[in-house]
Amino acid sequence: MSEKNQRAHDLRMYFTGFGLAVTLTALSFLTAILQPFGPVGLFATLAVLAIAQVVVHFRFFLHIDLSRQAREDLQLILFTGLLIAIMVAGTIWILGDLMTRMM
Amino acid sequence: MTTSTSHLKSHPGLNLGAAHGQAHEDAEPVVFGFWIFLMSDLVTFAMFFAVYATSLQATAGGPGNADIVDVTSIALQTAALLVSSLLFGIATVAMKHGSAARTVIFWLIASLAFGLCFLGLEVRDFIDAAEKGAVPMRSGYLSAFWALVGLHGLHVAVGSIMILVVCAQIAFFGFASDVKTRVLRLGLYWHFLDIIWIGIFSVVFLPGLLT
Repeated sequence: MSEKNQRAHDLRMYFTGFGLAVTLTALSFLTAILQPFGPVGLFATLAVLAIAQVVVHFRFFLHIDLSRQAREDLQLILFTGLLIAIMVAGTIWILGDLMTRMM
Repeated sequence: MTTSTSHLKSHPGLNLGAAHGQAHEDAEPVVFGFWIFLMSDLVTFAMFFAVYATSLQATAGGPGNADIVDVTSIALQTAALLVSSLLFGIATVAMKHGSAARTVIFWLIASLAFGLCFLGLEVRDFIDAAEKGAVPMRSGYLSAFWALVGLHGLHVAVGSIMILVVCAQIAFFGFASDVKTRVLRLGLYWHFLDIIWIGIFSVVFLPGLLT
């Protein structure tokens, strides 16, 4: 790839990410403002849109992908994700349980 | 794409490429180290989110989630952060492809300006909340709210200062290889704060609109 093409390619990466991020953010805000789905539907929609947007940011702004070279970093992210899932889910579970018992 | 060995090195964020020689060689280990810092920071934020989620009911009769959300301001803050991130990306692409120092500094300062817009709006929201009696010592919920949103704001403030620092370094030292890798790492930090913000508006602010 020539230098000029490479530059255009690098810029396109950021603009694609930006476009997708703006779209997903707008969808999140619209869902929360218009509330077409009720409470459970709202939380589910926000969760899906947020996860999709996190993936977009990792892919287009932080350049994490499935290629061989980036795999160490991907493993680090996934391991951090596992730690977070255990700690956050555990905290919410235990403290939520305590709260219902206190009521 | 060539397949020389130095080209195979890869790390999170924009890769400078083999044409940058020393900076590209140095980037891989220092960026990986910085990435470990970012992931540990992510764990810290995750615990603040967990504390927030468990404190939702603990309003002690004070203002709750729905009373302090100004959706227009949150939308503007989100837009400011996203634009700032894009501008930082443009700055790193310009640096990679040999733009003049003043061009890169221009994009970095533009990125900083949007970061400061974000901070200004956030501080205004905090002042509004405090005027409504939603101060951190009012309830467990409000302590968790201020801690989580405030921690992110603090990160943005530190990042803003660091943008000024790297701009000064570019101006004084030019694109020395360690200056280049600092710009790359600051870029990761800046994009990372966007990811935290996605969590904040999805978990803290938008559910507050539920009627």
